[in-house]
Amino acid sequence: MLGNLLTNYEDVAAVILFVIGMGNLLLQSNLVKKIIGLDIMDCAIYLFLASKGYIEGGASPIYVDGIMDASYYINPIPAGLVLTGIVVSVSVSALMMALTICLYREYHTLNLDEIMLKLGKEEK
Amino acid sequence: MSRPNPNYKGSAWDKFTRWAKGTYDPADGRLESTPPEKGPSPGERAEQLLREYDQSRFEEGVAKEVGAFQIVSRIFFVLMALFMVTVLLYTVSFLPAFGDPNSPVNNEVSQRYIEQGLEETGAVNIVAGMILDYRAFDTFGESCVLFVALCCVTILLRADKKEDIRLSAREELEDLSYEPQEDNVLQQAAKLLVPLIIIFGAYVVLNGHISPGGGFSGGAIIGTGLILYLTAFGVRRTRRFMNERVIKTLTVCALTFYCFAKSYSFYTGANHLESIITTGTPGAILSAGLIVYLNICVGIVVACTMYSFYTLFRRGAI
Amino acid sequence: MDLLRIVLLASLIICAISVSLSRNLLTSVVIYMAFSLAMAILWLLLESPDLAITEAAVGAGVTSILFFVTLRKIHSIQTEEEGEDNEQTESEL
Repeated sequence: MLGNLLTNYEDVAAVILFVIGMGNLLLQSNLVKKIIGLDIMDCAIYLFLASKGYIEGGASPIYVDGIMDASYYINPIPAGLVLTGIVVSVSVSALMMALTICLYREYHTLNLDEIMLKLGKEEK
Repeated sequence: MSRPNPNYKGSAWDKFTRWAKGTYDPADGRLESTPPEKGPSPGERAEQLLREYDQSRFEEGVAKEVGAFQIVSRIFFVLMALFMVTVLLYTVSFLPAFGDPNSPVNNEVSQRYIEQGLEETGAVNIVAGMILDYRAFDTFGESCVLFVALCCVTILLRADKKEDIRLSAREELEDLSYEPQEDNVLQQAAKLLVPLIIIFGAYVVLNGHISPGGGFSGGAIIGTGLILYLTAFGVRRTRRFMNERVIKTLTVCALTFYCFAKSYSFYTGANHLESIITTGTPGAILSAGLIVYLNICVGIVVACTMYSFYTLFRRGAI
Repeated sequence: MDLLRIVLLASLIICAISVSLSRNLLTSVVIYMAFSLAMAILWLLLESPDLAITEAAVGAGVTSILFFVTLRKIHSIQTEEEGEDNEQTESEL
């Protein structure tokens, strides 16, 4: 089991990055840091996907000299999935930043705990 | 003295005449001429104390209300993170080894894409052929996600002139502080860099089916070039060619063209975008069927979205 | 190759940890930019040049610009509020 973990070091790094990003998302009370944490989680998922599609010694998925053999290239499917994912993650973080600016205008703080408290007081 | 002395300005006589006129003061800048800063008046001081008291009471309240809950939640979150690490690492230890050609990920789907991709799509870049031909509908959804995100950011951040004149005027005023006024270094650098960046972006978009790149990356590069131009030369000059109407028209036209091209392939019953435009010779720039045009559409949408994200964040208007 | 890959992965993890530990928001955004650049090189090592170009343009370029503008906006709202408070106190006095 440990040996498998050592050969799969890319996946292990992706798992560690994912958990760091999740910790950022859950433990930080600052909204901007929460957004960065979510972006790190995104990157970890992409790293995991791309490392699964990698084949030792394979070339990048662009035809060279008319070679049509599937074993010559790496798997192109994860690359296609991740390519669209990266661009969508930007639009998601832009949307979250816009929400952050709106919250700041309303409550004058970036701290989520304070925002929740002020929200509770307003409801009372 | 028929000629005026070139060193006349700044000479002792000049200073004397100006002093006599009252426009020059020799003691200026040498004497302590600024009045001492006045401290806060009693009213202000009292208000400040009151505010600090409020703040401290607020913080006390926060500490009381949140304190216990925060400690419990923090412990819970740390435990959850540790649990996640163990579960995920345990799962990873059963996955096939890194770079293994026989892993179940490399199944017949990728094999088919690689072996028949060139014949069916005509794209040398397998990834471009995959996302813009076999999975073109997925990419259409992707571009729509960008468009919807742009709409949401516009709704959230737009400072509408009709509804809130004060806010929009303030945003305009504050926007001027973002621009270095006539910054020569930045402008000369931008004059050199912006054409290069935009040409490189166009190259990446147009060669998306031959070399690495494509609509997403090329569009982002063009958007970055536009942002640099806006920073260096100001809003007025940029608005001449990138205003709200241009961005709206470009984005909607690109999405509509994409939609019709894809609908055509559904109408003809093909499972991918084979059409009047033939695949051509692989490697030529006008090959690979519709992929070039779809790449251009995606590039336009991405560039417009990135540019308008920036302007919306900056001044609440495109 | 393997050594470079391990070094890059380690730098990714170090960047991710220092983002969460840094006190200044601007610092954490710059560190996130470095994170994206390391990621772009890693994509190149994983034989996906498409992803490398996209990550370098989008992750390190556009996202960081958006973060900077957000921070700037928040700062300007902050100073504005303070200025308004001062104006109010002056008019009251």
